[in-house]
Amino acid sequence: MSLLIQDLHACIPDREILKGFSLEVKPGEVHAIMGPNGSGKSTLSKVLCGHEDYEVTSGSVTLDGEDLLAMDVDARSRAGLFLAFQYPFEIPGVSNANFIRAALQARLPKGEELDAVGYYKKLYRRMDELEMSRSFTARSVNEGFSGGEKKRNEILQLMMLEPKYSILDETDSGLDIDALKVVSQGVNAMRSPERGFLVITHYQRLLDYIKPDIVHVMVEGRLIRSGGPELALELEAKGYELTHAA
Amino acid sequence: MSVAAPIAEPEMEKPLSPPLSSAPTNLTPDFTKLEDAPEWFQTRARAAWEEFQSLPMPGLRDEHWRYSQSKNLSLDGLHLAGETTEAEKQAAIEGSKGLSKVAARLIFLNDRLIHSQTDGLEQGVVVLPFAEALRTHGDVLQQYLMKRKADLGSEKFAALHLAHVQAGAVILAPKNAVLKAPIEIFHWVSGVNSLVFPHTLIVAGDHAQVTVLDHHASLRDEVAQSVAVADFVAGNGSHITYVNSQELADSARALHISSTTVARDARVKALQLQLGASFARSESVSDLAGEGSRSDMLGVSLPFNSQVVDMRTLQNHLAPRTYSDLLYKNALYDKTRTIFSGLINVADGAHYTDAYQKCRNLLNSADSEAVSMPGLEINADQVKCSHGATSAPISADELFYLKARGIPDQESRQLIAIGFVEDVISRLGHEELIESLDRRIEEKFARQAA
Repeated sequence: MSLLIQDLHACIPDREILKGFSLEVKPGEVHAIMGPNGSGKSTLSKVLCGHEDYEVTSGSVTLDGEDLLAMDVDARSRAGLFLAFQYPFEIPGVSNANFIRAALQARLPKGEELDAVGYYKKLYRRMDELEMSRSFTARSVNEGFSGGEKKRNEILQLMMLEPKYSILDETDSGLDIDALKVVSQGVNAMRSPERGFLVITHYQRLLDYIKPDIVHVMVEGRLIRSGGPELALELEAKGYELTHAA
Repeated sequence: MSVAAPIAEPEMEKPLSPPLSSAPTNLTPDFTKLEDAPEWFQTRARAAWEEFQSLPMPGLRDEHWRYSQSKNLSLDGLHLAGETTEAEKQAAIEGSKGLSKVAARLIFLNDRLIHSQTDGLEQGVVVLPFAEALRTHGDVLQQYLMKRKADLGSEKFAALHLAHVQAGAVILAPKNAVLKAPIEIFHWVSGVNSLVFPHTLIVAGDHAQVTVLDHHASLRDEVAQSVAVADFVAGNGSHITYVNSQELADSARALHISSTTVARDARVKALQLQLGASFARSESVSDLAGEGSRSDMLGVSLPFNSQVVDMRTLQNHLAPRTYSDLLYKNALYDKTRTIFSGLINVADGAHYTDAYQKCRNLLNSADSEAVSMPGLEINADQVKCSHGATSAPISADELFYLKARGIPDQESRQLIAIGFVEDVISRLGHEELIESLDRRIEEKFARQAA
């Protein structure tokens, strides 16, 4: 049982970006991936979700033994994979509540209706935890949201969908310290022996709030170093330049 | 609930006079039915029939039919909608699923009233089937009935309508009358090649407020044609909100000719929701006649298969400090086409006009085609006008985001399309009405998926 990535190679039409990436995230673990700009961190998250701009040329990814790469984007999500987007998209005219409801409905067997009362009860509770105003239920998905509000909204979706494996793609970018705390609390509330997390970040700061079990350094499309939380502090102090020498 | 007796028995077996040249015999009106009607109406109906016969069908070069063609509304083989069975009446009444709370509800089947409920009306407000209004409120009808000439291409069809009109609602809201709940009218059509002439007249007195929802629907999927005319007269400071919800069967054809006259400080919002029919055309004119008047012209269509939606509009600014805002959105699927042609006319002296016009198209298929022809004619000073049209395929980013949350492709596309048109519908500002239209759109998607 794990999210198992083995020797993954992926490219955009003119360039290979992932060059033999391997990692195993087991339930209950929190992994952090740090790395300089352009190292392929965000590409990794999109490839795992099945974004059509990237072509996987070799390697494998399995989710609890199932071939993730063979699944469509939506099937990967229903199988238990979640990506908190670095830049969440806006969906004009679709209310946040309807959006999340449709995502939950898609997880039910055909013919079964989501219990609306239970749904809203849970939604409101999670929104309270993230200090989100109730007005966000009726507002269009991410439309006119501030950077921080969009990130909270990503974590709200994570909390509602309760995925087995979550990837947080630079969730800390653009957040002030108060928002960072709230968002981290939301993620920490979801940590459990049944769930694995992959936290992608450029800065060590986030890892003060979401404490990882293992820290990896990604450079040029693959992991070059792994270690305990102390590795993040080392990187913060010495910078990514040193990782090249290591 | 009471079921009223059908009005206006058709006697199609005995035409009054020999068919005149160029007129299909089976469309000749039976003017003997108008014996009870006021003299002026008989005269106008006869004149309209003559006009219908004298006018040619709009040709391919007719500017108002560019990118479309009047043969989409060919009258060949059509006949006046006939009698219906008890079972059909029952089916129409049961199928008339509308708003939960209405001030009045009228249901017509083949231009005959089959149900009338008017017990929720405020004092002084009149909601009558057309034929009855002709007898009891002839003077008002004489003043307002089709006084604004159709001039966006369907003059011939408007004349045919006036020659035959017997059904539809006449709604008269006296000065200061504020209707809390909407008035809802259903127009059903049954029988292959049936032709119906639904009519709507709304006259709002000064500061009156009224909301009206018209439905057009078919009992079965068969060829039929609806030639509807709707006129709205908004008195000083009044508010009229109107929705034309067209859900005819896929084989049917729909024409909706409407005119709006907005007096000083009055406001009219009118929405065309085009969901059904193989060919649906709307011609909407707004005359901003009084200073400070405002007109919101709204349109939504979601054509599937090979449906064609043809929209012609005129924002006619006749007085200073008038405001009009047009927003039409079409979400196209399969091999569908939409044609939008809109003109903003700012007349000499209509200074300080604000006029906006926007047509946006969401192309869900590479085989779909959206034609937009915005236009502007300004003859006044200190005018703010803008117009624009856009067509774009569904956003790959939006689609990816929804699918990344586990929502399957088809549902994701549907959510995006519903979201795309939502801002048009929400401009109605009437919660229950908005929900009801949203439901109809969702039902259309469900039917399409089935």
